[in-house]
Amino acid sequence: MASNLLVNIAWTHVTTRVRQTLVGMAGVAMGVGFTIMMAGLMEGSQIDFLHQLVDTMPHVSIQSDRRTAAPQAADREYGAVQMSGIANVNNRPGIRYPESVMASVRSWLPGDVAPSVKTTAIIDHGGRIGVTLVGIDPKQEIKVSKLPSQMREGQINDLLRAPNAVIIGQALAEKLAVKTGNAVTLIGGQGTHVNSTVVGIFRSGLKRVDEGQIYSLISTAQVMMGQSGIINELRLRLNDPLEAETIAKQVEGQTGYKSVSWQEANSDLLSSFAVRDFIVLTVMGAMLLTSSFATYNIISTITNEKRQDIAIMKSLGMREAAVRRIFILEAAIIGVVGILFGWIIGYALCYGWSQITIYNTLTGTNVPISIYYTPFHYIVAGGISLLCCTGAAFFPARKATRVHPVEIIRGAS
Amino acid sequence: MSEVALQAVGLVRRIEGAVSHTLVNGIDLSVSKGEFLAITGPSGSGKSSLLYLLGLLDAPSDGEVIICGQPTSKLSEDDRANVRLTKCGFVFQFHFLLPEFTSLENVLLPMRAAGQMSEKEMQERGLELLGSLGLKDHANKRPNQLSGGQRQRVAIARALSNRPEIIVADEPTGALDTSSTEQVFGILREIADQGRTVVVVTHDPALAERADRRVHIVDGKIQQTFEERGSTEEPAVAVAPKA
Repeated sequence: MASNLLVNIAWTHVTTRVRQTLVGMAGVAMGVGFTIMMAGLMEGSQIDFLHQLVDTMPHVSIQSDRRTAAPQAADREYGAVQMSGIANVNNRPGIRYPESVMASVRSWLPGDVAPSVKTTAIIDHGGRIGVTLVGIDPKQEIKVSKLPSQMREGQINDLLRAPNAVIIGQALAEKLAVKTGNAVTLIGGQGTHVNSTVVGIFRSGLKRVDEGQIYSLISTAQVMMGQSGIINELRLRLNDPLEAETIAKQVEGQTGYKSVSWQEANSDLLSSFAVRDFIVLTVMGAMLLTSSFATYNIISTITNEKRQDIAIMKSLGMREAAVRRIFILEAAIIGVVGILFGWIIGYALCYGWSQITIYNTLTGTNVPISIYYTPFHYIVAGGISLLCCTGAAFFPARKATRVHPVEIIRGAS
Repeated sequence: MSEVALQAVGLVRRIEGAVSHTLVNGIDLSVSKGEFLAITGPSGSGKSSLLYLLGLLDAPSDGEVIICGQPTSKLSEDDRANVRLTKCGFVFQFHFLLPEFTSLENVLLPMRAAGQMSEKEMQERGLELLGSLGLKDHANKRPNQLSGGQRQRVAIARALSNRPEIIVADEPTGALDTSSTEQVFGILREIADQGRTVVVVTHDPALAERADRRVHIVDGKIQQTFEERGSTEEPAVAVAPKA
């Protein structure tokens, strides 16, 4: 059957029912447009958040502990399956020979690695607040951290200018009413008191970091821990953050130390993203499906009106499948034109949203709403919509074309 | 012996249901190539049902329809559609033209469906057919711009477009005035004279007289057959209805 003929008939049907056709197209366009907008908003905010997250933490963190308890001397000595009643022997905490481990990892790593000491402390400036103290080497830290670009006051190298200097988050500084140059007291877990000077203030954008994390030199953190020479974390920054999980596994296999990718460290957050994605995708699917109901109605109406034409086409010798294809083509025409308009609407909505700024209470600035633009959203929204439209047309078309022509011809006579 | 274009053998059409109803009850019939056959009978006698069976629009409950030597009872629905497309042309009581298409586009429809000619050839043939039926000036008009007789002539042109062996017409003049009726019957007569087989169902005995042969149907059976054109007095062949 000549496809030109089917397209010609389908085109004639849709163009002679302008109002119905426009309503159908508008339904599809709205569905596609709002789906694109929602996808852009959702993914934009998610990517924005992940960027912030990835920027404020190491892509992979090599920690001094292990995922399972290290084999005990008794196990090694006697080769026993299980020993009981014997206390585990704990080796000195920290990563052994950190320089060697770093050199070994650096030899193949697509990125860089820097040492650090992570411990907990209390910062005292009138009020006391528990914080995570990260001891860093400023020269190496700049290779693995965005901290230099997050500095709002002072510089990362200022840590070297004063004894026991610290850099604190902007939110914490406001909480404690601390300014650059102020003296604070750090209290370690062992009861160690260290007088310290605030030499810089940073802002990462993540509240838990800005309120609960401070930086010092490695030596200061070691003093706070009461462990001289300890390095208990190696911080890795990768050229491609998405490779973090693979790299973490490789590093863990190589060093034996627990290596945590940023994905693993935020697995609860990422799984909540997955749930959010699922909910939003379901809503978007429902929107596209609902928009195809208009197409279903139109094709149902056309097939009802065209029962006589269907009978005639069949009596002339057109096959049932070919006649059915006419109505599916009509839905496709409505769908394709609707999708094209939907793309325009979607882009316009995304652009409109991106012009809106929202006041961020943490940063005290107006930040624009993040929109993620990708052809993928347009293709997926268009593809699903086209599928829904043609699917919606299939059933009324099948029902109508199954009618026996004699019944219609007799009915008309 | 003339070549048989259309043959019905023991044709039965039964409507099954709570109460079964037999529309066509064991009809045997042969129509020669180039013959003009009229089927007459009272309303509800089964003449249209017989015509639909002969034109493969409907499938028999029993029996066989042979078109140009090809048995059709075992053909699939698609194959039957193909036979209708290439070997049969249909004219109905109402024109049944597609309302959104022009006269020419309606005539081109079966040719485009068959897809055996180039667009140029189809256009030429369509215009030629419309011209031969006096409709050349109406080629670009839609059905609602034509009179009843003109629409029916467009329907005839559409039926002829694929050069079918057989033209099947179901009361083609039933909805026309006298002059249009005369014109349409004249055209059908001419088609038969040109060598095509024409089978027409009609209520009008005067028109049926102008056919080469007339079969009279009552209760789904052939009651009488009049062999000669113009003969209404004596049946040339009386076919005994089957039990």
